[in-house]
Amino acid sequence: MITSSLGKCNLDGLYFLGITLTTDLKWVGFEQVHCIKTTGNGLKTSSGGWQKSFKMGNWIINHGLTYFILVVWMAINIFIFVWFYFLYDLGDRFFYTRHLLGSALAWARAPAAVLNFNCLLILLPVCRNLLSLVRGSFVCCGRTMRKQLDKNISFHKLVAYMIGLMTAVHIIAHLLNVEWYYNSWHGEYDALSMALSRLNDSGNTTYLNPIRSTTTTPNLLVFTTIAGITGVIITLALILMITSSMEVIRRSYFEVFWFTHHLFIVFFAGLVIHGAGRIVRSQTNANPPYNITFCKDHIEDWGKKKMCPVPQFAGGFPQTWMWVIGPMVLYVCERLLRFIRYIQAVKYRKIVIRPSKVLELQLVKNGFKMDVGQYVFLNCPAISQLEWHPFTMTSAPEEDFFSVHIRSVGDWTQKLISIVEQLPEGAQGPKMGVDGPFGTASEDVFDYEVAMLVGAGIGVTPFASILKSIWYKFKDSNPELRTRKIYFYWLCRETHAFEWFADLLQVLEREMEDRGMGDFLTYKLYLTGWDQSHATHVMVHADADTDVVTGLKQKTNYGRPNWDKEFEQVCQENPTSVVGTFLCGPVVLATVLSKKCVKYTDVDPRKTKFYFNKENF
Amino acid sequence: MGKIEWAMWANEQALAAGLILLTGGIVGVAGQFRDWEFAAYAIAAGVFVCLLEYPRGKRNKGTSVERTGQYCFTVCVKSFGPLTRNYYVRAFLHAAICVPGGFILATVLGCVCLGIASLIYLAAAIRGEQWEPILPRKESARKPVGESIKLPPQNPPPRPPAEMRRKRAEDLEAAAYVNPITVTANDD
Repeated sequence: MITSSLGKCNLDGLYFLGITLTTDLKWVGFEQVHCIKTTGNGLKTSSGGWQKSFKMGNWIINHGLTYFILVVWMAINIFIFVWFYFLYDLGDRFFYTRHLLGSALAWARAPAAVLNFNCLLILLPVCRNLLSLVRGSFVCCGRTMRKQLDKNISFHKLVAYMIGLMTAVHIIAHLLNVEWYYNSWHGEYDALSMALSRLNDSGNTTYLNPIRSTTTTPNLLVFTTIAGITGVIITLALILMITSSMEVIRRSYFEVFWFTHHLFIVFFAGLVIHGAGRIVRSQTNANPPYNITFCKDHIEDWGKKKMCPVPQFAGGFPQTWMWVIGPMVLYVCERLLRFIRYIQAVKYRKIVIRPSKVLELQLVKNGFKMDVGQYVFLNCPAISQLEWHPFTMTSAPEEDFFSVHIRSVGDWTQKLISIVEQLPEGAQGPKMGVDGPFGTASEDVFDYEVAMLVGAGIGVTPFASILKSIWYKFKDSNPELRTRKIYFYWLCRETHAFEWFADLLQVLEREMEDRGMGDFLTYKLYLTGWDQSHATHVMVHADADTDVVTGLKQKTNYGRPNWDKEFEQVCQENPTSVVGTFLCGPVVLATVLSKKCVKYTDVDPRKTKFYFNKENF
Repeated sequence: MGKIEWAMWANEQALAAGLILLTGGIVGVAGQFRDWEFAAYAIAAGVFVCLLEYPRGKRNKGTSVERTGQYCFTVCVKSFGPLTRNYYVRAFLHAAICVPGGFILATVLGCVCLGIASLIYLAAAIRGEQWEPILPRKESARKPVGESIKLPPQNPPPRPPAEMRRKRAEDLEAAAYVNPITVTANDD
């Protein structure tokens, strides 16, 4: 072992790679150590060449399955597109249709098929109760599989983009189709087109061209056919849904997004009826003895020669409903389930108003079972009939109630707090509907031998639940608990809104000391919003036993953590463990941490491995 | 529904409508449809609407997020003064622009979308919203500093007492100096 100023480095990996070293490692960080070659004196770092391949293995461990699923999805889309394209572009039944429309027929029908597939998929990721069920029953399948379920909203957005793109292609192709049908009717193309267009829907002939009279314009055709009207309506619904889901609108005015998004009901209703008009027509008697190569040039022989009966046409059977009926039923069940949960009675066990306008509600509901780090949706009819807001639960499953801590951040929360403040002592709060609980990655926290928990700002909330639960499990010697060491990083601007959490940490700290388990939990607090007066205060009290700000034994750090240092420390203290990193905080921090996890994960299975999990709402 | 600035959504809708109008117009002209003149008009109208709607306005509450590279558009739009600031003008302008799009199929969708955007702008105008340009913050917003900061310091910086500062020889681990940032070695 070589000691550097940074502490001890485990260099076994380097001998494994056949690199020898001098003992002159004064300043090197963990990354450089892997790439050092010796010279006579001093050190040089190698170029990034093999360092990149080293990182690739880590990347596969952390992100591989996600990208694999995306590749499979894209492959299915491409397959469907190509299959249906050639079905319409090469099939004999469509020969005459193609004569009028060219390849625009295939260009319209292929996206339609892809749209069917994606409209099937789009409803599934938003069935959160269904996903909870799947997550619960896949306990055997390993955490990597279940982690994919956390990315449901991202997948929903991706599918939505594909729907938008395919809709655009479909519409453009049909615009061309309608125009060319119109031109065919008016004899602007060859004689065959004219003959085909003039086939009537009477007696023993069936029509091909949906434009049936000289006065029908493309506009009129669209607004007098089922396909046309439903097409315009559902496209409008889609556009409104998309514009109101833009990040700007969603983050600032969630209600506009939520209510407009319910236009999906119009979208699906219209989508299912869209094909009912059977406007895309194919030839029904195209099989031999029909000789298409002869008949197409001898219009005058139609109906007179045996091999050229008059071509008969019929529209295709509408298929969209077959694709989407399953997910629609599932989604209806999902909403029904949410409604049933809503009407179940919820009683208040305790209401506490914490400092800095934080409201703690302890609630009891029949048959409610939760896991750590899960969240619930709350609805208060007294404030708003239709709004459901998510809150992470701060109680542990071992307790006989569930609690949420609500901060005053928007209209709804402000109104709730003001209602509660006006209640007399000991009274029940306003009627509350609770939907949930819904699972998150935090359920996996007990599976890791070593856990790194990072809570930034309001993101510290799920960790209240986790820490309490770990402590209960530890006291009961619960065999489910594989964790033997926890590193907790608490980042916030100032601790004002989180005094309740500091209290919790104090209690835990005391209990652990009483049992001589001081090592079990290592926590570090980072105040990122310090100023000069803070610093002076701290300097003056530098010798005190407990921290001046939080009253905890662990001293508060100022500024942001140096993640390289933290990861190294974890690596050193746990050289052979699997470390789970859990973050609840801003996206920027998630990027930083996931990169560090990839960087510090050892491809050698005997060494430290980091897995990154992000909590998402 | 809380304090929603309808203009934000109207802006997104109008920008989308402009793009749809433009696409429909291109298809109409490229396919040489009947009455393609309407399609040509739609191209021009689509481009105009996109240019007008690209710069986002400043929000009354909260942070305004700019679109990439919108500054030059902001300057152009700002130069029209009350014509672009007032949302009633925009509502009626969009309503008027969208009408010719309804005559041919290729641009019908753009027409209806722009009509909806016009209605949302009307709602915004009735609520008294206005378009404010997002301009870069001026440098003079910094607090003025006293003159004494420019003179060299008179006193040494505050330090904890000497016995805390002295490095303890018996405790090498604790006395080691930890670099928060990695330092590169000299090649010598």
